[in-house]
Amino acid sequence: MIKLLNWFSAGRTSGKYTLPFVVILLSITVLASAANLLLPQDSALYVSTYSITLLGKYLCYAMLALAVDIIWGYCGILSLGHGAFFALGGYAMGMYLMRQIGDRGVYGNPLLPDFMVFLDWKELPWFWLGMDQFWFAMVMAVLVPGLLAFVFGWLAFRSRVTGVYLSIMTQALTYALLLAFFRNEMGFGGNNGLTDFKEILGFDLQADTTRVSLFLITAILLAVILMLSQRILSSRLGKVTLAVRDSEARTRFIGYRTECYKVWLFVYSAVIAGVAGALYVPQVGIINPGEFSPINSIEIVIWVAVGGRGTLIGAIIGALLVNYAKTRFTAIMPDGWLFALGALFVLVTLYLPKGLMGLYGQLTSKRLTKGEQEAAS
Amino acid sequence: MNAILTLCLLIGALLPFSVAHAATGEATVQSGSPMLLELTKTKLSKMPAVVEKLEAEGGDAYLPLFRTWLAGNLYYVKSNRSLVEKMGSGKQVTFQAMFSGDPMPDLKKKQVKKVKVNNKLRGKLRSVIARIQLTSEDSSVREAAVRELLAKLDKNVIGILEGLHVKEQNLDVKAMIATALSLYAASDKSNSQSVRLSAIEDLSDSLENDVRNGLTKLTNDSNKAVAAAADEALVSINQRVERYALVDQLFFGLSLGSVLLLASIGLAITFGVMGVINMAHGEMIMLGAYTTYVVQLMMPNHIDYSIWVAIPAAFLVSGLMGVLIERLVICRLHGRPLETLLATFGISLILQQLVRTIFSPLNRQVSTPTWMSGSLEINPVLSLTLNRLYILAFALLVFMALVLLLKKSSLGLNVRAVSQNRNMAKAMGVKTEWVDAMTFGLGSGIAGIAGVALSQLTNVGPNLGQSYIIDSFMVVVFGGVGNLMGTLVAAFTLGIANKFLEPTTGAVLAAILVLVFIILFIQKRPKGLFPQKGRAAE
Amino acid sequence: MSTLDQSLQGLRDTFRRDQVWPFLAPEQAQVDVGNQMILYVEGLNLSFDGFKALNNLNLYVGDGELRCLIGANGAGKTTLMDVITGKTQCDSGTVYFGQNHNLLTKDEADIAQLGIGRKFQKPTVFEEQTVFDNLELSLKTDKRVLPTLFSRLSPSEIDRIDEVLAIIGLRKQRFMKAGALSHGQKQWLEIGMLLVSDPRLLLIDEPVAGMTAQETERTAELLTSLAGERTVIVVEHDMEFVRSIARTVTVLHQGSVLAEGTMDQIQNNKDVIEVYLGEEQDDEGNLAGVMA
Repeated sequence: MIKLLNWFSAGRTSGKYTLPFVVILLSITVLASAANLLLPQDSALYVSTYSITLLGKYLCYAMLALAVDIIWGYCGILSLGHGAFFALGGYAMGMYLMRQIGDRGVYGNPLLPDFMVFLDWKELPWFWLGMDQFWFAMVMAVLVPGLLAFVFGWLAFRSRVTGVYLSIMTQALTYALLLAFFRNEMGFGGNNGLTDFKEILGFDLQADTTRVSLFLITAILLAVILMLSQRILSSRLGKVTLAVRDSEARTRFIGYRTECYKVWLFVYSAVIAGVAGALYVPQVGIINPGEFSPINSIEIVIWVAVGGRGTLIGAIIGALLVNYAKTRFTAIMPDGWLFALGALFVLVTLYLPKGLMGLYGQLTSKRLTKGEQEAAS
Repeated sequence: MNAILTLCLLIGALLPFSVAHAATGEATVQSGSPMLLELTKTKLSKMPAVVEKLEAEGGDAYLPLFRTWLAGNLYYVKSNRSLVEKMGSGKQVTFQAMFSGDPMPDLKKKQVKKVKVNNKLRGKLRSVIARIQLTSEDSSVREAAVRELLAKLDKNVIGILEGLHVKEQNLDVKAMIATALSLYAASDKSNSQSVRLSAIEDLSDSLENDVRNGLTKLTNDSNKAVAAAADEALVSINQRVERYALVDQLFFGLSLGSVLLLASIGLAITFGVMGVINMAHGEMIMLGAYTTYVVQLMMPNHIDYSIWVAIPAAFLVSGLMGVLIERLVICRLHGRPLETLLATFGISLILQQLVRTIFSPLNRQVSTPTWMSGSLEINPVLSLTLNRLYILAFALLVFMALVLLLKKSSLGLNVRAVSQNRNMAKAMGVKTEWVDAMTFGLGSGIAGIAGVALSQLTNVGPNLGQSYIIDSFMVVVFGGVGNLMGTLVAAFTLGIANKFLEPTTGAVLAAILVLVFIILFIQKRPKGLFPQKGRAAE
Repeated sequence: MSTLDQSLQGLRDTFRRDQVWPFLAPEQAQVDVGNQMILYVEGLNLSFDGFKALNNLNLYVGDGELRCLIGANGAGKTTLMDVITGKTQCDSGTVYFGQNHNLLTKDEADIAQLGIGRKFQKPTVFEEQTVFDNLELSLKTDKRVLPTLFSRLSPSEIDRIDEVLAIIGLRKQRFMKAGALSHGQKQWLEIGMLLVSDPRLLLIDEPVAGMTAQETERTAELLTSLAGERTVIVVEHDMEFVRSIARTVTVLHQGSVLAEGTMDQIQNNKDVIEVYLGEEQDDEGNLAGVMA
């Protein structure tokens, strides 16, 4: 344990913005929560519960973007299927929340969720067993995406499927899951998914305090995962990861089993996505197969691209910005959003290959060189 | 392959005949015949007798009358008791005179009364119509009439059929009549056992539904030998039916394969030859389908020919769009495949939304030219829909044209040169930028043509392309990138596999299984079925 | 009865205390160089689409030797290196590292960990990382995932890196990104990455391409100083350079060994003269032009 702490504190300088960023992130979340719970509704500084939930949702997306950035920005694996891991985590949480409804459903069956009664099922399918235990559901939310990522990654990376091929395979993976989860026979509520949740761990999901707590938990977990990831990526393992991204063959000739590195990083990333999904569902109140659709997964990638891949903070900022823009945009002109998103894809790849963080880096370095020149003259 | 060619030839041969058979005997009828007046007066229970009298009186000439009656569209005007035919349905009902066909726009619903018809009468009408048709000039009408009668054979009918059997010249009709006679002979208990057994023997190679029903009845016959023979005949018939069902499945598989082929050869060019992954490929297909829709809107009176305009138009529209995308976006992302993927995905979003804004998000119906509708009936249990047959032939045609183009033309030579060694080609004076644009235009244009074909099979909507993009990628990857022959084999393999899985697993699970199979396949052979070998492949 | 005996015996063998189970036994990492030979290449064949890149190639390299491989383009030099390092699978033949390591059954990472280092024709370094990081990655350490995650540079490792930095003359550039180095410096960095990993056998593909005369000289010095302790195989087109370092030269032609010997022997070898004259007549007209 001490060894682990030692390791954690020995982070090098590469993530110098991480700590300030985490401080800002946490203070904003605490302030917003306080503004919601402590201030009266008519106060100018009051933050509505709706906004809190929205912010919580954004933070889940940010976590998801972080997951994609770890493998795309640092390891060069462009996954177009991370929505699948997110959704699987979400379904695990959804199943727990579904079991918590108990006999308060429309049909009042104490054991079976409504949709199973509707389908005239007599008993709970085996994979729903144990899902009424919170800890078990949470283990599943991490384990299932991790396991899927492991199997897929092991198969794909071992046979050296790379680049565009791999991207298409990941997309096919999430597409296959989309088709599967649409089926009623799968036992996950088919088309409608899981919804009408009542409470989590005995707390009413509609209550302000529950919502704020979920929001705070999301922010804290995001901060923890950010710092952990930063630490991992600044270790020698992170250097190997970058090496794999820039020249996988060379890395292999130095003696690293690159496929192992890729598999574990992929699993780590999938687990983060699963956690994000599990946090997302109680805040949004629904999970359905739509989350598996390939377009969702590819949208995550553009968040990362906008923020700047290869910088963890960039991914988070990108996710927050793009989603905020989406919310505003769809409110003003619903039809315009897809145009804007499409244009974003094209423009960012053409003109901002390193994203906003890259732009910031360029500007500062320009100013620096200018300053140096002036000093020299 | 050979079978496909034979099919193509068959289609070509059948085209002139497939136009719907229209005019049957249309003699002038005195609309004031007293028998016709009876129609409007007689009670329903006495009606069958009237029908028989009418048949005796007019025969052929009353065929339209019987048909209209059977369909429940026969009315008479209350004031003068003249017969009229109801046209249209719902609120837009109009009437026209029964025999002359003169429109009667002034006639209101209140002024007419329906000539009633019940089930018993319908049966009567059907057999009367069949009997009349038995003497028709057109052999296919006669054959259909005999088939119609199979279910309701009685002494009278058999009498007529026996007479016809001798006179009949057409072999198909003759065989059908023979089947009818055998069926009757087999089920007639007054016949001797040997006659019945030989009749059953004759029936055992018929695929008619009614024959099967008749034989099923006979399996419960009191005569044990007859029952056993009927059972045996049924088994052999069912085996053949199953075999034909297999052929049917194969056909649907080939049809799906041809769609996949059309959708993916464009991709095989842009991805395989240029190494550019174009996520907007599906939208090129969609643009082609919408082009078909627009062309049909512009020439509503010539739907039959619209397709010949739509094919080049779709090629141009999608092709130009492809060139535009290549020049504006893709050429700037050279050597960055993942970025290209993202940018083209953005383009696909924009194109989809554009179509939604212009044409509405709802699906549009594209009408099928008459010569493409209908089906080719090989036998009673196997009929191949013509539009699928045409698309199958069309896909192969496009494929061959493309292979020829790449092998023989100077563009093809340039494309191959650039794909194998870009820098060398450049040094040799090949305008690589121009070749890139043309290649991309060609790939996109073919996607547009695929859209024309798809518009004949499914509804045209903004999401049309999306549903094919992943499948097309799978085909290209499965077949081996940069290998057109591989694409062909992969498309048909996947199409057939999908359709053969479907009956046991259901459509969705079949699609999933095929996807999983390809994912596993790529593990084993990352370069597809037909990989490119050697140093160039590195 | 006898089957029972056998199985009992098998059981006893399984539980013998003085032996570990075969799958638990550590793989013998030591390279057995009993016959003074470190690399055995025998009967190697490989064809690409009908083109025979390697044709029944036999090559033996002694421990501590400095061997030069020469030959025209397409003679199979780089392909041979690809096969030895596991990048390319050959059609038939055997490649042994020492007497106990069959290289054909291992992949690139295994082969590298056995102590075979490779420098590519085109310098490939990790351009986004600093020179120091490049060397750190190449250190001879436990290269599995978890040990790498928790690894820290020990003082002796830092010393080792500093030492190599001095040898390759990149001390000042240690915190520069490798992508910003000049072509020659990248070549040196790549050699440094080989050195820091402390290999038994170095395969070096065209080390002096793009180097100045001075740098070339230093490279020659470095390579000769390496030989003895390590085994070095150099592929090079620059005949001046080969002459300056080589003791033994192997000439490859159309995928097999044409001649082997000292530089003087090679220059006077009939076959070599014939092949080179036949090929180069139009340009040079004589062997000296090629060999000098």
